[in-house]
Amino acid sequence: MSKAARETGYEGRSHVAHYFDTALQQYETHKLGLWIFLVTEILMFGGLFCAYAIYRARHPEIFMYAHTLLDKNLGAINTIVLLFSSFTMAWSVRAAMLGQRKLLVGLLAVTLLCGFGFLGIKAIEYNHKWQHGLLWGERFDYAALQDHGGGHGEELIVDEHAEEVIHHEAEEHGDSHTAEGAEVMAELDHDAEVALAHGHAPEDIPRNLHIFFGIYFVMTGLHGVHVIAGMILIGWLLRRAIRGDFGTRNYTAVDLGGLYWHLVDLVWIFLFPLLYLIH
Amino acid sequence: MNTGATTTAPLAGHADDHHGGNYINCESGWKSWIFTLDHKRIGIMYLGAILFSFFLGGVFALLVRTELITPDRTIMSADDYNRMFTLHGAVMTFLFIIPGIPAALGNFILPLMLGAKDVALPRLNLASLHIYIIGAIMAVLSILLGGVDTGWTFYTPYSTTTNGAVIMVTMAVFVLGFSSIFTGLNFIVTVHKMRPAGMGWFRMPLMLWALYATAIIQVLATPVLAITVLLLVAERSLGIGIFDPALGGDPVLFQHFFWFYSHPAVYIMILPAMGIISELVAIYSRKAIFGYRAIAYSSIAIAIFSFLVWGHHMFVSGQSELATVIFSALTFSVSIPSAVKVFNWLSTMYKGSIKLETGMVYALAFIFLFGIGGLTGLFLATLATDVHLHDTYFIVAHFHYTMMGGTMIAFLAGIYHWWPKLFGRMYSQKWGNIGAVLVFVGFNATFFVQFIMGAKGMPRRYFNYPPEFEIYHQISTAGSYLLAVGLFVAAGVLIHSLIAGRKAPINPWGAATLEWQAASPPIHHNFDGPLVLTDPYDYSGLRWDEGEQGFVWKDRDKEPASS
Repeated sequence: MSKAARETGYEGRSHVAHYFDTALQQYETHKLGLWIFLVTEILMFGGLFCAYAIYRARHPEIFMYAHTLLDKNLGAINTIVLLFSSFTMAWSVRAAMLGQRKLLVGLLAVTLLCGFGFLGIKAIEYNHKWQHGLLWGERFDYAALQDHGGGHGEELIVDEHAEEVIHHEAEEHGDSHTAEGAEVMAELDHDAEVALAHGHAPEDIPRNLHIFFGIYFVMTGLHGVHVIAGMILIGWLLRRAIRGDFGTRNYTAVDLGGLYWHLVDLVWIFLFPLLYLIH
Repeated sequence: MNTGATTTAPLAGHADDHHGGNYINCESGWKSWIFTLDHKRIGIMYLGAILFSFFLGGVFALLVRTELITPDRTIMSADDYNRMFTLHGAVMTFLFIIPGIPAALGNFILPLMLGAKDVALPRLNLASLHIYIIGAIMAVLSILLGGVDTGWTFYTPYSTTTNGAVIMVTMAVFVLGFSSIFTGLNFIVTVHKMRPAGMGWFRMPLMLWALYATAIIQVLATPVLAITVLLLVAERSLGIGIFDPALGGDPVLFQHFFWFYSHPAVYIMILPAMGIISELVAIYSRKAIFGYRAIAYSSIAIAIFSFLVWGHHMFVSGQSELATVIFSALTFSVSIPSAVKVFNWLSTMYKGSIKLETGMVYALAFIFLFGIGGLTGLFLATLATDVHLHDTYFIVAHFHYTMMGGTMIAFLAGIYHWWPKLFGRMYSQKWGNIGAVLVFVGFNATFFVQFIMGAKGMPRRYFNYPPEFEIYHQISTAGSYLLAVGLFVAAGVLIHSLIAGRKAPINPWGAATLEWQAASPPIHHNFDGPLVLTDPYDYSGLRWDEGEQGFVWKDRDKEPASS
């Protein structure tokens, strides 16, 4: 802590800020800071995973049905793209540590390209959903789904017919015995509602399918924003790597950028099975 | 100051030798402030911004209280009244109380207490200030965009259907959350990595324990608020349906999400306040803190408990009975670490030689008011009584006793205590104490009657009320005016000290923590010489020096414990 010790600590360490005693202290500080930041990211996504868990537990039929409308193949390709980018990112951290500048630049460039690839594939998926009206809330287009879903659509129509029959019966009851009839009608109405909400065979289109897509778009959208942030970060690292900023004693930024990119990858590793691969 | 170490280096106390080289005048020009990385300047700017927010929130509060003088319309329409109490709550919560002690005082004090030159991540610290100011501007803009009438909790489905600038104000909350996260992250890293050699975890001043526990909550809870308000914005702008019952969503889920953050946020408010009181009670009683470890652990215990009690805000929202009973039991258990602190403060004062400096007067007010606020919390944790008291003035009084009587009073205690260090000037103790008494009396007049009218059934947030409540509302409003006068006196005393106060010594109160070894005000790099690192609550090494008009270290020949 003495002033002299601090001053000697600075020599030949232009990248160490004046308020740190040693380069190691600075490195550990920045790394701890980034880990804590990653914790906040996980908690932020945690809220969404929590919403997912609650709705899936309450309405499993929505999730069982809706996930079939996602494109598993594109999701799987994207998973591979991101995993590969994590590999190149981890390798680039090693390249930075060993001072292999050309390799570092190349690996960062590949990682960045993977980011573009992921977003491109995601854009294709989003575009498909948009065209078929597979969207959130009131924008969800059930009519389009009937065309899209083929067999599912017909059964929906059958269902509506069944509901009409029930109502009709209820009205008949009401005509003959007024007081009792009202009660029966309420009961039947309730039954009809229950039937609509829960009583579907797996082939039927459940109600409130848009809830799944609301969650899907918020989760993948927020993840996409993080991918973009990670790509900006990698772009900045790439620029600095080309300039030759990093060396065997100064690779903290690459290390931290790598950690962030792994988190982005990790979130997707959870999103892919939870949204695409439900059984 | 340990002047015994004269041979090693010039000492912090002799800042005059550096031709006025303190942190305030070492550089000039507005850019040197706006883009500074110095934690002290950032803390001072935070203090200015936060006090301005407090003033705004206070004006809104006085307008609300004035409106309630008569049972019907007094000065504004019912819609304006709704906007006014929403603004009061949102500004006071998100712009004043949450950042108040950590971002303003904490920023200034924490590195000094650690004997460090700065926080670990100064650029992040500056970013946190800039983000705070952007968030504050967004919050104020929402007034111009038509205001918000949802109450500061933004409950759905009302918040997704009402007119007004809900999106702007919730995005302001989102932005302010980042500011809070960055401050907390910075403090955790700083406490972990910047402690001087010789200061183990259990030799840290309790203020640092409190700020550390606060920072943990800030980092863990705020991201959940961020996603909650993002979902609310998505609900309002896109209609995603997660909180909308018409689309199969669940509005109570919003309450769960919101309180998962906002209940821990209550402890973001109170924990640093408790840290200040732990320092002040020991210093002004001239006695080592009683139960150091118990106080330190209780801060962490409160931080942990804070995440387990959010359901007590939903006792009447249709939560399952099992959940309600569990949340009730957990809520009771929070009172244990809180009581541990209060009893330790009282034991510290027992047989101490208590000096009624202004900081101590506020600290005593805190213990009294927090005691009432804490004990009335037990009424609300009890399920049977909560059904009656929920959403009445009883709860308004309860949280004002803890937040305002607790945090705001401790904030004032802290400002008065560290003022000589912040600006290098002494204030009038007499007028400082008069201000403190006015605040105390005004506060109790305002809020104690609210317990009574709440217990009699007066609901919160109502614009009209039956005439039998008129007398209580009038006493409360009169009290709020007295409270305002007290706060203006308190502010006036401090402003006067800047103009005409005598120069502050290095250590006016005889404290043993490290910030009192820096000059008053400190130099740009905080410390100029070796530090005497002692037990932070051992005052036996200090004596009053007439010449300095402050405390100095007795044992002048003692080698500094850390150099």
